[in-house]
Amino acid sequence: MKYLRSWLLPAIALLVAFAVGALMMKIQGANPFVAYKSLFTSAFGSSAGIAKTLGKATPLIISGLAVTICLRAGLFNIGVQGQLLAGALASAWAGYAIKGLPTIIHLPLALLFGVFFGALTGIIAGALKAFRGVHEVITTIMLNSIVLQLGEYLAYGPFKEPGQQLARTPEVLNSAKIPQIFGMPLGFFLGVALAVIAWWVFKTTTSGFRMETVGRNKSAAWYAGISVKRSILISMFVGGALAGLGGAIETLGVVGRYEPAFNGGIGFDGITIALLGRANPLAVIPGSILFGGMRGAGASMQFTAGVSPDIIDLILAIVLFLVTAPLIGKMIKSIRDTEQITTGGWGN
Amino acid sequence: MRSRWLMFAITFIAILYFYMRDSLVTTSVIGTAITFGLPLAMAAMVGIMCERTGIVNIGIEGTLLVSSFVGFFTASASGNLILGLISAVAMGAISGLLLSLLAVTWKMDQIIAGTIINILATGLTSFFYKQGHTIPSTFPEVDIPGLSSIPFFGPVLFMHGPLTYTGIILIFVLWVALYKTPWGLRSRAVGEHPSSADTAGVSVIKLRYLNVAIAGAFGGLAGAYLTLELVGSWDRGFSAGKGFTALALMIFGRWNPIGALGAAIFFGTAQAVTNQLMITQVVTIPQQFTNMLPYVLTILILAISAGKVRAPAAEGQPYEKEQA
Repeated sequence: MKYLRSWLLPAIALLVAFAVGALMMKIQGANPFVAYKSLFTSAFGSSAGIAKTLGKATPLIISGLAVTICLRAGLFNIGVQGQLLAGALASAWAGYAIKGLPTIIHLPLALLFGVFFGALTGIIAGALKAFRGVHEVITTIMLNSIVLQLGEYLAYGPFKEPGQQLARTPEVLNSAKIPQIFGMPLGFFLGVALAVIAWWVFKTTTSGFRMETVGRNKSAAWYAGISVKRSILISMFVGGALAGLGGAIETLGVVGRYEPAFNGGIGFDGITIALLGRANPLAVIPGSILFGGMRGAGASMQFTAGVSPDIIDLILAIVLFLVTAPLIGKMIKSIRDTEQITTGGWGN
Repeated sequence: MRSRWLMFAITFIAILYFYMRDSLVTTSVIGTAITFGLPLAMAAMVGIMCERTGIVNIGIEGTLLVSSFVGFFTASASGNLILGLISAVAMGAISGLLLSLLAVTWKMDQIIAGTIINILATGLTSFFYKQGHTIPSTFPEVDIPGLSSIPFFGPVLFMHGPLTYTGIILIFVLWVALYKTPWGLRSRAVGEHPSSADTAGVSVIKLRYLNVAIAGAFGGLAGAYLTLELVGSWDRGFSAGKGFTALALMIFGRWNPIGALGAAIFFGTAQAVTNQLMITQVVTIPQQFTNMLPYVLTILILAISAGKVRAPAAEGQPYEKEQA
């Protein structure tokens, strides 16, 4: 019964959101059935479509995990976007500027660059929270904008591809590219593995338990001798590192370089996915596949039904609203969930 | 507290010094500082009104975005600026009511509730956004006769559009209301110790609803100011993080309207001075770094002031009446 409940709420939310989306399409004069049909057939209807969907899902899984882990520790990391961009930028640089290495060294090195700079971006917010009591929501949002501007500066300036009109870095060398298996970047399996590891850490290990205790009740954790500061720093570090890895995988496996237009909303989708999965690491996987499919098929929906892909943003926003607000639970008593996700005010 | 006075003193001396050297440029820079700072101050008032009654409002960004959107497109479709203004204020109030519904009635985590407002606002506005719409004009500058001819203060304070004056006056009204009226006392009591306020006969829920809705309307005014008076256009992501900066200014100003106004003007001055340096090419900084400035300043301001200030005590906690 418990499992049914945890699945039912997101399922109802999705249905309602799709219905509202259909209404919006009708208002705009498009045919919602055609639009949804093309959305789903192009995302899940062919092996090429599925490969594309899973490719799109990869950075979503990882950024969803980055949000999930911080949520478990009582932090609302809405700076995944910035951490992801930092990782993308650093790995792109390592991918094109470091020359003459074999793949076996170059690729892990470039990934590590992404992980490191993602973690660095995350830990700035973590340190400000732990030592100065600055709320992570504001700092991470500000860091998002700072990293975006920094990336733009570097792509227009020092990192710019020589002789190129567009602002973008040179292409990553082949030795740093993530190889594909059956047309699918390897990153997807890494993402799934990471989700399982995160689940296992929270389920069985002491460090996972410590983080979760801090997330549930800071003063109780402190009283029990758990260092709250350390837990904040570790979770922001890990969250940032994961987001950086997501950016690196996207850069080295899909995009091949850094450009300022680099995938706008992965980090924000990660927030929605994490909340949709109620901060359960394993639930991130199906959520990401669904979101990846919709993101990947947005263009085809526009082509066949003339609906702007922005409708997907709207649908996802409605899903998030329905899942987090206890609206559905109010109407259908049996699926009211007792456990609410909490973050914290300025003071704690 | 000392650092704050030091900051004001330095700003004052700097303005005086530069005014002696070049009165024209200094006047225009400070005038620009007001223009930059005011929307932030108005947005900070949204935060102050909510948080003084114990509701964390992280959705100011969304309120600004959606109200400026509605304001602009109403004004564009009707060709009437007043209609745009009214619809923006109404939209702001609606977003406030939504926050109340989530945070007060449904007792949701307030940070997540605010984030939902932000994400909904982004989703709605980017879906309904249509390119190529314009408004006939922005709200025109109204020079206050007499006052506007005072050197320095005239151009800085009395040569603005109507919404600027409205905003400044409302900030002072809010300050008086918060500290000198029964409503203010009740609001602050609800934010500090709701059960005591309840015992004294104040309806916690009603007051929170009222204040968050008024705050939202105030945010709508800020949105209208941005699009209908300052910029005259609307684009995706129009609010550009101002709602979050406003929260930082609120904290820096210690949840006090005048304090937040001071912080906002300081903030605006920093931006205006940078702009001026860029224009005169005293220094050449890549544009991206000047774009970054407000965000970096926000983090710095928070790093300096957080921890030393105290937020309203009941903030972030839903109110549950004790069961007998």
